[in-house]
Amino acid sequence: MGRYIVRRLLIAIPTLIAISFVMYAILALAPIDPLSQFGADPRIPPEAREHIRHALGLDQPWPIRYVKWVTAMAQGDFGVSFMSHSSVSDLIWQRLPNTLWVVGVAYIVSVVVALPAGVISAVRRNAALDHVISTLAYAGFSFPTFFTGLVLILIFSIHFHWLTFLYDSNLQVHDIPSFIAELKQAIMPIAVLGLFDAAILTRYTRASMLENLPLDYVRTAHSKGLRESVVVISHVLRNSLIPVVTLIALGVPAVFGGAIVTEQIFHVPGIGALLVDSIGTGDTPVVAAVVMIFAVLQVLFNLFADVCYAVLDPRIKYS
Amino acid sequence: MEIPTWQRASAIVGTFGILLTAACGSATPAASSAPSASAAASSAAPKAQRGAGGDLKILYWQAVTILNPHQATGTKDNDASRLIIEPLAAFDNDGKPVPVLAAEIPTVANGEVSKDFKTVTWKLKPGLKWSDGTPFTADDAAFTYTYQCDPKTAASTDDRCDGVQSVTAKDPNTLVVTYKDTQPFFYQWGVGTEGGVLQKAQYSACVGDKAKNCPADLKPIGTGPYMVQDFKPGDVVDYVINPNYRDPNKPFFKTVQIKGGGDANAAARAVCQTGDIDYGWNLQVEATILKPMAAAADSKCNILTQYGTSVERLVVNFANPDPSLGAKRSEPDTKHPFFSDSHVRRALAMATDRKAIADQLYGAGLAGKDSCNIITAPEAMVAKDSSGFDVCKFDVNAAMKELQDDGWVAGPDGVRAKGGVKLAITFNTTVNSVRQKTQDILKQDWTKAGFQVTLKSTPASTFFTNTSPEGANHFFADVEMYTNSGDPDPTSYMSGSWGCDARTSSANNWQKGNYGRYCNPDFDKIIAQLRTETDQNKRDQLVQQANDILIKDVAIIPLITRVAPTPDGASKQLKGLAPSAWDSSLWNIADWSK
Repeated sequence: MGRYIVRRLLIAIPTLIAISFVMYAILALAPIDPLSQFGADPRIPPEAREHIRHALGLDQPWPIRYVKWVTAMAQGDFGVSFMSHSSVSDLIWQRLPNTLWVVGVAYIVSVVVALPAGVISAVRRNAALDHVISTLAYAGFSFPTFFTGLVLILIFSIHFHWLTFLYDSNLQVHDIPSFIAELKQAIMPIAVLGLFDAAILTRYTRASMLENLPLDYVRTAHSKGLRESVVVISHVLRNSLIPVVTLIALGVPAVFGGAIVTEQIFHVPGIGALLVDSIGTGDTPVVAAVVMIFAVLQVLFNLFADVCYAVLDPRIKYS
Repeated sequence: MEIPTWQRASAIVGTFGILLTAACGSATPAASSAPSASAAASSAAPKAQRGAGGDLKILYWQAVTILNPHQATGTKDNDASRLIIEPLAAFDNDGKPVPVLAAEIPTVANGEVSKDFKTVTWKLKPGLKWSDGTPFTADDAAFTYTYQCDPKTAASTDDRCDGVQSVTAKDPNTLVVTYKDTQPFFYQWGVGTEGGVLQKAQYSACVGDKAKNCPADLKPIGTGPYMVQDFKPGDVVDYVINPNYRDPNKPFFKTVQIKGGGDANAAARAVCQTGDIDYGWNLQVEATILKPMAAAADSKCNILTQYGTSVERLVVNFANPDPSLGAKRSEPDTKHPFFSDSHVRRALAMATDRKAIADQLYGAGLAGKDSCNIITAPEAMVAKDSSGFDVCKFDVNAAMKELQDDGWVAGPDGVRAKGGVKLAITFNTTVNSVRQKTQDILKQDWTKAGFQVTLKSTPASTFFTNTSPEGANHFFADVEMYTNSGDPDPTSYMSGSWGCDARTSSANNWQKGNYGRYCNPDFDKIIAQLRTETDQNKRDQLVQQANDILIKDVAIIPLITRVAPTPDGASKQLKGLAPSAWDSSLWNIADWSK
């Protein structure tokens, strides 16, 4: 197992290099220009624009810029943002807590809601409860988050004035009132994201459970006289979890990537919002860093999912 | 998380999905969606007490990324740094300078501006301190010039350095700005948004090559009413009162927060409907949405509309953009096949319905109003007669008659022609929804008058460059549309945009500002007079004459004068606002109160 993990990690290195190259090439060749911000203002003279281009090193050919960037990145230096002149790692560290708190909690909520809902729905197949859960799940992933987000804002912020849609990243939680304030500003994005993810996970869990329920080993377990709850939880659920765990594990890097649309709607200054802003302003060092981190996490959690299989299913052995 | 990762294979694909967004994601367009409801600023604040107010909450949907005005990438950065870093003087809404760091405004009358408009002597307020307690002197201002005007610094404000010979500290309280040539706009350097004075001690390590990696840009030391407490680029700036601020009674608000993110719609809601925010920047929301929002009985906001010289205009090409000319294409010594005929230009102007554009696309005064002047402010310089000119009245029949009388006869396809030359025009502008809608309106009427119109749109980042044949500078089209604006004294704006010397060409690397290659000795004569005339009334007259020449001769077709700098929204409780078209929206934040 240990050797397997090491081998997988070594294979990941060329994968990541390839990703970094393709990504950088796309960024370099895409029609995004860090100077487009100045482009909107005809009063900035072309010479000034050229000076800025030179100062940012953008007048060098992109393969040279790539080699410089990849060497620096290998040493943990993501460079300096074009727009704010601050180090890219600082920007990411400022954003990460917001994303982890909002998107991460939403993810946990979705798992906590979805697993029982999926199991109940499968076990009580075609009963009223199954229909209710299935309908909710379909509704959940049919409504895009920008829609549910706006509806919640219209109801709870504009109409009732209960909650705010302006997320304050400086709010420090140190007592009950400040925790309530934090909940008030985070509950809408968490609800929007959590319910969306829960809807998908519920469907997955249900489908996977339904595949296992009619199998022979379930009948055997029943005939042994095991209680229904034991059969469902320690036999069926465990065997049904493999695809669900894949889904959950591969979703974790996306948590770090933030929720692009939802962060924008609720003004949550997370990684997703950072990425969108940076793309809009052509701040390529930031875009490159976020995408690279995302790629690394993706590779790691792929591995994590594979390791989980072995734990869930003793028949799977890696060597 | 919004896009579920269904399968393992799609995980890696997902990584590139983000990149596709990067590749296709467009840059923020150059402004100008629609409008805003009107309402004026409140009068001066009652006598305030420092820090008596609570927290002032400001929302900029384009988040602040840097706090050095000379490295700003948009008004958001200029405005956010203005609370900290101040210029010598600010511009009020009449384009008149108001002392900030200066003790008084230099003029020719008080002898602090030389009669040839070359030397300006600024007396600074005595005893000023930086927020770190060290004394502010003229040496800091002179240093700022060194920083800002070193080409290697690549300051976004370095257009203010054009024609400046030197800025020197004569003594700790006297600063001398010398221009190479006569400069009728002698407040060019050191005043307004682009005039912020940096602290020498903090910035001396940031000049030239080192400017792009300068930690001071995130926490500058200034002389303004506030200083940074915490700044997260792209998210939020928190300010506290500068204990060394010169006025012991100001500012009123104890803390200020400029939050970023979201979009104009959400900003409008936060100011007008929920009241979570006291001041919202650039509420570019469709007039049909914003108007009722601001006018509602329980509305919490006023929309601020003030006008400067920001004018959306049509430029006609006097040079020939025919591709068959090869290297001579659009050079000033070529002649446009039909726009060199004044009747055709006049007909084009007469078939231009600026009123419809103002009403339908600019919310009839919310984001802009129709204008047939190119110099639309300050008030004394605005020409009064232009609305009576025939080229300013929308009349398609008159346009057709003008062409018919001049021998341009409609062919079977409805396009007028004379001597084998067809009135076929290519009309270029930036990619922007309001501009494309404007193009549609214009095309309809121009086609009726007998022109054949081909519409084109170019991304703003390409349009405003001197390197692209699609750009405004090359102007390889017949008509183009964009917004530009001038200083409170428009001499250099006018000479740089319509003077014979400023015609853009390959010889000057397409870097001059007269994109239409208009050249009129009568106009240049007036500009020459403006360079020497010291009497303000006469100057006002000359500017009006110059404006009228451009309009009557159809060197330019002004369409809309736009709210400047941006249509912001303010809480109805906020007092002391003095929005200025010539300066930052937050220029007098020390005077604001509730």
